[in-house]
Amino acid sequence: MEQYEPDRLSSAQVAAMRRSLRNGRASLTRRSMLRASAGGALAVGGMGALSACGIPAAGNTKGGVSAEDHSAEEKTVNFSNWTEYMDLDESEKHHPTLDQFKKRTGITVKYTEDINDNVEFFGKIKPQLAAGQDTGRDIIVLTDWLAARLIRLGWVQKLDASNLPHAYANLSAQFRDPDWDPGRAYSYVFQGISTVIAYNKKALDGEEVKSISDMLDNPKLKGKIGFLSEMRDSIGMTLLDMGKDPANFTADDYDAAVARIQKAVDGGQIRRFTGNDYTSDLSSGDFAACIAWAGDVVQLKADSPDIDFVIPDSGYLTSTDNFLIPNKARHKTNAERLIDYYYEPKPAAELAAYINYVTPVDGVKPELEKIDPDAANNPLIIPDQAMAAKSHAFRSLSSKEETAFEEKFAKLTGA
Amino acid sequence: MSTLTEAPPLAPVPEKKPPRKRGRLVPYWLLLPGILWLVVFFALPMVYQASTSVQTGSLEEGYKVTWHFATYWDALSEYWPQFLRSLLYAGAATILCLVLGYPLAYLIAFRAGRWRNLIMILVIAPFFTSFLIRTLAWKTILADSGPVVGALNTLHVLDVTSWLGWTSGDRVLATPLAVVCGLTYNFLPFMILPLYTSLERIDVRLHEAAGDLYARPITTFRRVTFPLSMPGVVSGTLLTFIPAAGDYVNADLLGSTDTRMVGNVIQTQFLRILDYPTAAALSFILMAAILAMVTVYIRKSGTEDLV
Repeated sequence: MEQYEPDRLSSAQVAAMRRSLRNGRASLTRRSMLRASAGGALAVGGMGALSACGIPAAGNTKGGVSAEDHSAEEKTVNFSNWTEYMDLDESEKHHPTLDQFKKRTGITVKYTEDINDNVEFFGKIKPQLAAGQDTGRDIIVLTDWLAARLIRLGWVQKLDASNLPHAYANLSAQFRDPDWDPGRAYSYVFQGISTVIAYNKKALDGEEVKSISDMLDNPKLKGKIGFLSEMRDSIGMTLLDMGKDPANFTADDYDAAVARIQKAVDGGQIRRFTGNDYTSDLSSGDFAACIAWAGDVVQLKADSPDIDFVIPDSGYLTSTDNFLIPNKARHKTNAERLIDYYYEPKPAAELAAYINYVTPVDGVKPELEKIDPDAANNPLIIPDQAMAAKSHAFRSLSSKEETAFEEKFAKLTGA
Repeated sequence: MSTLTEAPPLAPVPEKKPPRKRGRLVPYWLLLPGILWLVVFFALPMVYQASTSVQTGSLEEGYKVTWHFATYWDALSEYWPQFLRSLLYAGAATILCLVLGYPLAYLIAFRAGRWRNLIMILVIAPFFTSFLIRTLAWKTILADSGPVVGALNTLHVLDVTSWLGWTSGDRVLATPLAVVCGLTYNFLPFMILPLYTSLERIDVRLHEAAGDLYARPITTFRRVTFPLSMPGVVSGTLLTFIPAAGDYVNADLLGSTDTRMVGNVIQTQFLRILDYPTAAALSFILMAAILAMVTVYIRKSGTEDLV
């Protein structure tokens, strides 16, 4: 290798270069690093560039922006769902209900499990939806409060009722009229989720937990109580325990619930706030009792005899995960046919038998009895009258309320 | 190493071949991919983030640049405890990494013999699984009813740490100690590898020479080995401290409400509260704080090479 214009360098520089060559590496020095970072700072200092990039307002196009519907010529539908939220056959490779849908309609379902967390998924699709672009997905499944936000922002399409005859006929009454989507113009329920209290008998060590108050007040359970980092679940259950209705509460009620939980946090009663990972704390006995999602508890109970759940007398929360068709989706009609398919009792029963969540479909029970009689009589999957009477929904929040409430809840969880 | 004037005189420049024009551009062509990469994935996001931090608005109304610098002050005055905690935990984890990593790197470099490769693989092996899984494993290891916590309780170690405020009651999980341990574990290889590279380069004859000059082993280490390994120490501490200060996974999984770090705050602000300006401002403050500390540190440590 030739030296690079050595005549222009001082002898000291050449010596430095030689040394570095002799050592076999161009060493990164303190000075060169400082110089480089100073250069970077200068580049960032181009303040003029900053004001160029704002985020445009969410287009408030009620009814959503439809793209041209390619359903007829492209026999496919892109379905994004949560992990482990669909039936699997023994080989764990095929989803029987999706395969039957293809056999019947000729529509291939491109099924992707790419939703792990509501807020993260929102962060992921937000840029495309805000810019009015196709997300590449025809169906997404989101929890009710996020579904409400997407409808509010005008980022999802209005459903065509004529493509949804089964859905219209079979949607069970308790899910028909949420305050955030009256009459289900934009969304249909995929599954219902019950929020209950789960406990580990071994870790309880003879103590009894039947309510949120038992969890928050029993000094023997100090440091062994878990709450969820989902604001609506933790606050909603506490509101119920305080005799308030989560479907109809004031900001003062909210503050009172926060104060009640804050006291338990300060006293060390609550060990931590968790997402889905509460299941490991509960199985290991680090949580003696925690707020939990019933679908998980059914699974945990099957694995460990120590784990069980209780429905407080004050009631429990039911939320939903909902089918939505985002703006600019290319296969809207196909998507609607798939939604409608899951409202036929037979596929709904097959799904319910596998995933153990609350089925939103009326008339599933006889079909489910054929597959799994135990599941058909499990009130966590098909709620009986007593169960349904205790079910409560968390009311929808305006965007201002949502921000204020989430901020207060974040402070509670340590920010 | 410090005196440049002792360099041998320049070799005479061959006069026949003037440097060709095309050759002159070669360095720039070589730089191009790297520069493009930096512009697209570093500079542009940085400008975007800087812009976000001085915007105001909401998701419905959109965000506009209003040069609202108060966001920085508000963010700092609201979340300074989490900032302080992040620097503290990252600092503690870095020191622990150095204390644990230096002897191991020394062993691998000088004493491991034919075991060298095996030990290196063992150091790197945890990286074959995901960060999340590794951290979750700690929840099993440190479970309240597990053998580790049981042993620590029997030895009354937890009484001491509890008194110091590192743990609470007779548990380790969901305490500051668990978070610092998790950080230490997850970033240990980033400390060991640069240390090893530095140590391995040291000529063992220098040790012999020190011995010939009647230096005791401890003096040899203090006067010869350690100073020569400084580049490794500096880059190792940087590679540990910088990501540890911004980490949020350990505090999330192993910690509790009183161990939340600034990474957790940024995550909550960005994803949950959707306060993008505050999240961006917090990121910038963290970046500035780390940059300032690193600058001072590199100047004080008096080392020229970084690896």
